[in-house]
Formats: sequence, C-alpha cells, structure tokens
Amino acid sequence: MLQVQPENLRGAANIFSAAGKNPLAAMFGADETLRGGGLAIYCLFYNAEKRDMDILKAEFSADGDLSYPSLTPILPAAAWYERELHDMFGFIPREHPDLRPLVLHETFPEDFHPLLKKYPVDYQVRGSRKYEMLTSAGEGLYEVPVGPIHAGIIEPGHFRFSQAGEAMLQLDAKLFYTHRGIEKAVEGKTPFEALPLVERICGACSVANTLSFCQAVEKLSEADVPRKAWLIRTLAAEMERLYNHVGDTGNVCAGVGFSPVISMGSRLKEYLMQLNEMLAGNRFLRGLIVPGGVNCDVDENCLEEIDEVLRELEKEYRDIVHIMWEQNNFVNRIRTTGIIRQNTAFELAMVGVGARASGSVRDSRKDIGFGIYDELDFAVVTETAGDVEARIKVRVGEVYESIKLIKQLISKLRKEPEGSLCVDLGMLRTLEGSWGISESARGDNLHWLMLDEEGRIDRLFVRSASYPNWPALTLAVQGDIIPDFPLINKSFELCYACLDR
Amino acid sequence: MLKMIEAILAKRIVTENISFSGHKRMRGQLQCLNNCDGCGNCSAVCPVQAITIQDGKPAVDYKKCIFCGRCVETCIQGALQHSNKDVMGNVLTETQIQIGEMITAKLGRSLHVRHLDAGSCNACDFEMGALSNPIYDLHRFGIAFVASPRHADMLMVTGVVTRNLEQALRMTYEAMPEPKLVMACGACACGGATYGATYAVCGSAADIVPVDIAVPGCPPRPSSMIAAMCAAADILAERL
Repeated sequence: MLQVQPENLRGAANIFSAAGKNPLAAMFGADETLRGGGLAIYCLFYNAEKRDMDILKAEFSADGDLSYPSLTPILPAAAWYERELHDMFGFIPREHPDLRPLVLHETFPEDFHPLLKKYPVDYQVRGSRKYEMLTSAGEGLYEVPVGPIHAGIIEPGHFRFSQAGEAMLQLDAKLFYTHRGIEKAVEGKTPFEALPLVERICGACSVANTLSFCQAVEKLSEADVPRKAWLIRTLAAEMERLYNHVGDTGNVCAGVGFSPVISMGSRLKEYLMQLNEMLAGNRFLRGLIVPGGVNCDVDENCLEEIDEVLRELEKEYRDIVHIMWEQNNFVNRIRTTGIIRQNTAFELAMVGVGARASGSVRDSRKDIGFGIYDELDFAVVTETAGDVEARIKVRVGEVYESIKLIKQLISKLRKEPEGSLCVDLGMLRTLEGSWGISESARGDNLHWLMLDEEGRIDRLFVRSASYPNWPALTLAVQGDIIPDFPLINKSFELCYACLDR
Repeated sequence: MLKMIEAILAKRIVTENISFSGHKRMRGQLQCLNNCDGCGNCSAVCPVQAITIQDGKPAVDYKKCIFCGRCVETCIQGALQHSNKDVMGNVLTETQIQIGEMITAKLGRSLHVRHLDAGSCNACDFEMGALSNPIYDLHRFGIAFVASPRHADMLMVTGVVTRNLEQALRMTYEAMPEPKLVMACGACACGGATYGATYAVCGSAADIVPVDIAVPGCPPRPSSMIAAMCAAADILAERL
C-alpha cells in the first residue's frame, strides 16, 4: 500500500493505473478519527500480473480541507465513486464534472455525511437538497420520466430520457432508492454478527457477497479454509451464476415480448432454485457459507440430484437457445442494439458479462484465481460486438461453462475424503485492510474490510459488480430507440440492491 | 418456429400444486422440544431480535425472523429445530382451511396486485417474479400483477421502507382505489428489523401504510405468497 498526500492522489492514481492496464477496481472513504487518524480515501487497482490489488491511500486531516484534485478527468471510472465520497464523507473532488448527489436523495440535508463516525447509525435527520436530473434542451426535444416505481416486478430506479423523436439522445439514471445504510449498520458488529446482513445486501448475489466478505475476513486470520469447504463454496457460487444466467436468458426476451422463451427460461430457473433449497435450505443459497468454511455438507444423494437435473437442463437449454437464434425478428431486434465499445468498457473499468461482450477478457476467477478455481478447467467467454446480441451470447456461453464447472466439482466432491468443513479462524488481525473478491453472475464482487482494535468492523465497503456497469448502461442506449431500453437494460441485468446497499 | 411449437407441446403441463413443505434442509418454522431449559441463548444470538423467552420457552416473532438458523445452531440442548414447513402454511391450518377447498373457493374471484419494492434486497421480488412461471402459474387462482396502482386491489410491499422510497410508497398507496389492501411480503416489510435501525431506513411497511396481511420468510417461498394472496382475496371480498 502506498500512502500519498491528497494533492498527489491524482498523479499517483495515474501511475497506478499503468495507462489503463490496471483498471480502477474501487474507490472509497474511511473515517479513521476514532483511532487517532484522519479521513482517508482508498483506491484499489486490479493488478492481473501480480494477481493482486494495488492499494493507494490518501489521508486528510479530519478538521482540515477535504478537497483534492478529482480523478475523474483522467479515470472516468472514478466518477460515481467520487460522487459517493462527496455524499457519504463530504470530500470535495475538485474539477469533478458532475458532483450531484448520488446516494442521498432529497430528504437528507446537504451537510449530513452518514459514514462519518460522529453520527450514530440510527441518526435521523431531515432536510432538503436538490437532485437535478441531467437533460438536454433544444427545439423538438422532450423528456420522458420513468420510475422509480415501474410497471413490472423490478427494483426501483428513476430514468430520465431526453428524446429526439423515438431516439434516446441522453439518459440519466437516479438510483440508490433502496439505500439501506448497510455499510454503516455493520460497523461495530463482529464479522459473525454482520454475516446475516451481508447475505441480505442482494438476493440474486447472496453467495457472491457472502463469499467476498468471508474471504476478506479469512485474510485476517492465520487459518486455512479446508479444501472440502472450498469445493462446496465453489459449487454454490456456480449454482448462483447458473440460475441467474438461465433466468436472464429467458428474461431478456421479455424486452421484446418473446413469450415462449420467457416461460421456458423461468421454468428451468425454478428447477435450479429447488436444487438450491436442497443444497442450502434456502432458495437463494443463504446460510451455507460462513467465515472459515461452510456449515453443512453435501451428501451423495444431493450430488446425484444435481447431476440429474443438470443433465436434463442442459439439453433443454440448448433447445431454448436454438429457438432464440432461429427467430429472425428476435435477432433483428438484438443485433447492433445498445452498443458498448471496447474503449468505453475499458475506460469505465466495466466487469462481468457487460465487459466480456465488449472484448474485455476479465474474469476474477482467472485473474485473481481465488479459492480452487485454478484447479478447474473453464474458459472465459468473450465477444467483441458489444451489443445486446453479444451480451446474450456471452451469457449463454457462461451457462455451459458453469455446467462444466459444476460437473467437475461434483466429481471432485465424490473423491474428496471426509474432513472438516469449517476452521476456527482464531484471533483476527485488526487495523489492517483486507479485501475479498468473487465472481457473481454480473461480474466481480469486491469487499473491503477493516476491523477495529476489538475485532469489530470499522469499515466495510461493498463494490458489487453492478457498480461499474451502471454508468455504462446510460451510454449504451444513446442513439437507440426508446422501446429498446427495456431490452438493453435486461441484457446487462444489473442489480439495484447490490449497488444501493 | 416449428421447433418452438414442438418444445411447448412436448412439455405438456408442468404446473404443480402449491406445497408448504420444502426439501429436508429447508429452514422453515421453528419447533421447540420439551428438553428446552429456557437458557435464552437463542434469543441472544438472533440477529433481528425475533425471539423472546416466555414462560421458560422461546417465542418467535415470525414477522421479524429471517430464518438464518443461528438459534438452532446455538441451542446447546438441541431442543430448537427447524421444520421444513412454511410458517404461512401453519397459519392457514390453524384456521382450519384446507388448501384444496380454499383454492376452489377462490376460483370465482380475482385479485389484482401492484408490487412495490420499498427497499428490498430483491430476493422477494425475484420470488414474486417466479409466481408467473409455469410451475406456479399464479393466473390459475385468478390473481394477476398489474402495471399501475390505479388498477390494483392490493399493494404488495417488499423490503424495509427506505428514506429514499418513503414518498413513493405513500403516493402509490394513495393512488389506489378503495377498497384496497396492503400485503407486507417478507421479513423486511413485515418486521423491518433485518438491517436494524439506520439513518436510511424508516421501518417496516406498517410504519408508513396500514398493513392487512403479512407473509413471513426471507424470502417467503412462492407457495406462501400464493396462499397469502388467496387469503387476501377473501379479506377483500368481505370489504366489498
């Protein structure tokens, strides 16, 4: 970790990013005043060569000037992180092109920064602040406001379209409606106490969030997680990726009203959800992964059942994909729609399906190689067109890879001798930053953790896979027609809950 | 096109009866055996303070319970156990309603539902989406999700109510025509204790709008949601 003066943060970040070779993975603040420090900004950069993160820290005096030269002009990926830093801590990134609020909406006062330690977790204060939407003006242009409450069963977000006829000229997304203050809520809790909350950051990424969090905790311990536990964890992680991808393959067709495939996809997803309940006692695989390992074994009956369901599912899934590509009117709608160019994916440090469909070969399972992924045989599926079709193709490819991985895990679990499933982590190292990563269906999910002197959580930062991809969605739609928005949105399939926390 | 028709015909009907029992491992309603000594460990470890000790035995507030299983793991006596039964199912058998009869009775009615995510983790929302899949096929009970609160008989709220969505919840409720119902779906909306009290949370759904029916679970299983919606259709019929 390198510590720099705030004024030098931009220069140092420029060097750390190595001309874009090492993308910005996360940027967040921390209030370290309770232990005699000041306020701090941390920047994490992926370093694929070292298979690690490079960490950059700038420390500010708590009662001094909180301004620093913004990173956004040189690293566009920092734009939302810096808006969040401004909301949550009161940092002022100078020369930031768009320092509107992000997390805190109109009912919060301007000078309230909830992650400062001086505010108690349940501090309720009301005020009013402005949250202006970005719009375009000109003759013949008009606005279309959508949300936060949508027509379907989806999560809340407000979208403001600036329209030139049917074409979307500009889109601004107001998100963070489901901001629950989870990062503040876990402060002062032990990792064990915080676990149920971390599992409930997001439903569809329950395993990914828990796995990232547990790895961050385990890095602060001397103990090693048993191999068998890693096999079961990886099985759960791939099951989560699989049920999401299978469901999303069907669901993207809802964007064009292609009903038979929606129905087929949702049926296959249901079979997987039932397997989840058998595996973990919960349809979202909650309660299985704990710091130190897992808390229940997987027996032969269970493996047999998974094996059997997957065999049938793979066959049916291939049929569904065949049906999709056979429909020319469907292919017409998805081809060249919602394009993200490789350069954009790269500049926004996008992750997951969104990035891999635009020619970026990034996958934390290969790049970082956490857990036992190095032992497993799988390919990173990529496409180059960056449109809706490319994202569907990547998703379909990943379904087959996940099935392949689960089959390997089943045969490894069958050979694995009986053994411990969970290790006692003992005393955890305190006042030391630690991160954990996992690959959710939407991309890599990163947690940063620091414990205070008593071993309680001092700071947890959750950067879900949706975080870097949301700004890309607003760019992808430009120039497309507004009826294609649901389709483009569904092709990214981003979580709101994961982002909002 | 032919392939598609063939695939649809080949599957025939996949819709199943709803069931309140899950797999063996499912963490459902809690059972307390006689060897419980009322030590209170379960109550102390509960992350959402859903358990209180009454007359030397744990009493569970299922509106808050997130079915995490911590109480069962902590119980030294092994007296506390999860059954694989949904709580919602037991609520209904207590009132002596047989599911079969209930469904028949409901077929003559209809309930139009508007979903509102007031700050959920999206698990409840995904399960709600699953209600429309061919396995659960919600429409067979005469229940449908609608696009606007103005078309709805019932508002189905998921999640704790966040500060950023409080106004949206109030306005959506106000936009609904009378008679109207509100269902709190899942531990967050029912109990509001999942994340504790924070600067960004207003509380449970009942703290903002009047709640008529609560569905426990984290998230509730689709069968529970269907049973609760059928029960809601009954309540609505009484109000008409």
